Amino acid sequence: MTDAPSRPAVEVRGLTKRFGARTAVDSLGFACAAGEVFGFVGPDGAGKTTIMRLLAAVMPPDAGSIVIEGVDAVREPERVRSHVSYMPQRFGLYEDLTVDENIAFFAELFGIRRNDRDARAARLLAASGMTPFRKRRAGQLSGGMKQKLGLTCSLIHTPKVLLLDEPTAGVDPVSRRDFWRILYGLRGEGVAIVVATSYLDEAERCGRLGLMREGRMLYCDTPSALKALMPGEILAIAAPAPRAARDVVASLEGVGGAILMGDSVHVVVDGAARRLGAIEAALAAANVPFDEIERIAPSIEDLFVSLLTEKAE
Amino acid sequence: MWGRILNLVVKELQQLRRDRAAKFRLLIPTLVQLFIFGYAATFEVYNVATIVLDQDHSQESRELVARFAGSGRFQIVETANSAADVRRAIDHADAVVAIVIQAGFADDVRKGVSAPAQVIVDGTNSNTALIALSYVSRIVADYAQEMEQDLSRRTRAGARPPPTVTLESRPWYNVDFNSRWFFVPGVIATLTLIMIVNLTSFAVVREREVGTLEQIMVTPIRPLEFILGKTIPYFLVGLALVVVIAGVGTLWFQIPFRGNPLVLLLGTALYLLCVLGIGLLISTVCKTQQQAFATNFFVINPAFILSGFSFPIASMPDFMQWISTINPMTYYLVVIRGTFLKGVGLEVLWPQMLALAGLGIVLLASSVLRFRKSLD
Repeated sequence: MTDAPSRPAVEVRGLTKRFGARTAVDSLGFACAAGEVFGFVGPDGAGKTTIMRLLAAVMPPDAGSIVIEGVDAVREPERVRSHVSYMPQRFGLYEDLTVDENIAFFAELFGIRRNDRDARAARLLAASGMTPFRKRRAGQLSGGMKQKLGLTCSLIHTPKVLLLDEPTAGVDPVSRRDFWRILYGLRGEGVAIVVATSYLDEAERCGRLGLMREGRMLYCDTPSALKALMPGEILAIAAPAPRAARDVVASLEGVGGAILMGDSVHVVVDGAARRLGAIEAALAAANVPFDEIERIAPSIEDLFVSLLTEKAE
Repeated sequence: MWGRILNLVVKELQQLRRDRAAKFRLLIPTLVQLFIFGYAATFEVYNVATIVLDQDHSQESRELVARFAGSGRFQIVETANSAADVRRAIDHADAVVAIVIQAGFADDVRKGVSAPAQVIVDGTNSNTALIALSYVSRIVADYAQEMEQDLSRRTRAGARPPPTVTLESRPWYNVDFNSRWFFVPGVIATLTLIMIVNLTSFAVVREREVGTLEQIMVTPIRPLEFILGKTIPYFLVGLALVVVIAGVGTLWFQIPFRGNPLVLLLGTALYLLCVLGIGLLISTVCKTQQQAFATNFFVINPAFILSGFSFPIASMPDFMQWISTINPMTYYLVVIRGTFLKGVGLEVLWPQMLALAGLGIVLLASSVLRFRKSLD
């Protein structure tokens, strides 16, 4: 990570938003420096989208402060708009306009000069492999390409802060890789990136992570530091019927949680060596076949499940 | 600021140009409605199916029947032999009007006393019935007057005929009571309302539905700029629509245009402010295009009925009359008919212009306020 300057690009204190009786975001505080990627992870309804919308000044908070590039975003939302770019889950494109026309439209709203716009659009489109599609209507692009076009439109005014809400939901793996390559490039240019995601492989790419549940940030640290918090160890059971295997082991003593990961089950145990025998015996007794059980290093997903279940208890 | 508004206007027109369905919806129904009102919508009644029961069989009775047949308004479809025939024909809708001339008709006419003739009208369609009845009374009155003069000539030969009072009605502006002259200019007001309210409300609601509205609102654009950018294109479309309809009306249907086109233009511009305001207001309360469609229908129909387009406002109950005073179409129709048929100018139409301007400002201002709120 680059050295953080003295003043963070985004600084949030005590941010609270209520919808009726429900508190969607509860006294949130965090900061994101220029050239940092800060990720919010958490299950649906944890308040991630609300945070992004508050930061984008689409709606006012009930309490707390947001300072972006030294400007109070709550009091002067208009002034921060030219520094900030917000890309919601589904970027609103004009499907009956071409790629170029969409870019030109958003550039014009930000008052970008034509020359600057053309140069920047060419570079962004090349980076995302979109150059051959410039004359195509946005409605005829694939989901991944639409999202890359959305990113291009979001970046046309060279924002200092980029807010991304589930940017790669429903996007194919190749486009997703392109997408992150562009984000890393922006990070190198000193853009502060705040991203909300429920893809945990995406979370691993962030410099720091905030773990959200029910509007509260439970943990906030680098992915590796968070993994060090991980209580217990992980056993991966490769099994032809992973669902059945999970059901058998989930209730065993010393098991903190069990989740499906492809065709294996990851089990959180208080000690791998101590519980291995009992798990093997239980699976054999229940007549659930398994290929092998090994101890693995925890991923963010394991960590996430373990930390959230632990806090809930 | 103007750069951003122009950007929106260009984008909007570009989208409209590409939207085949929208162009179709704009042009085809306009022309279809115009031709329907031009050709089919008429208050006049011709060729009313008529049955005659002549129980007098005199020269006088045949003369009266001939006058009905000769007027062009009535077509004698059957000559009945009994009252039962008449009842059956009306019941089966073979005839709408029955003329019953009782025995002794000729004698009474010759004596100069009131002669019995009866007209039965099928009142199911009250409008046709009333109009047919008015023709009946006109024909009968003419006949009676001539008979009376004829009688006095014969009885008091050489003497001057008694003075009679003749009412000669002289309708101004539309001498022949041509329904087409009444309807075709009115269509300008109704079609503009329907088309522009739909286009405006759909254009804004679509942005909300697709998510582009939120996208635009995180750019430095201000709500007022957005609203101007969204309404100016449809203001222009509305003006073009009025020109097309007025052109077809005067060139094809030969509707006279006696006034100053600039007065009509001013009235149209003020009316469009109101219509755009209505469209925007609807868009602020609707989340989807379906909702907007239903709401538009809910607004457009009453506006049409309570405007004096075809139903006279003076005959409505007080409450309905009150609604018609806040209906921009009411005033615009006066402006349209005033400029087309009467050829009057601002010296007569200023109250309507003021009303349109006032309504336009109120509607647009409240839609701007509501729009800001609907963003949160």
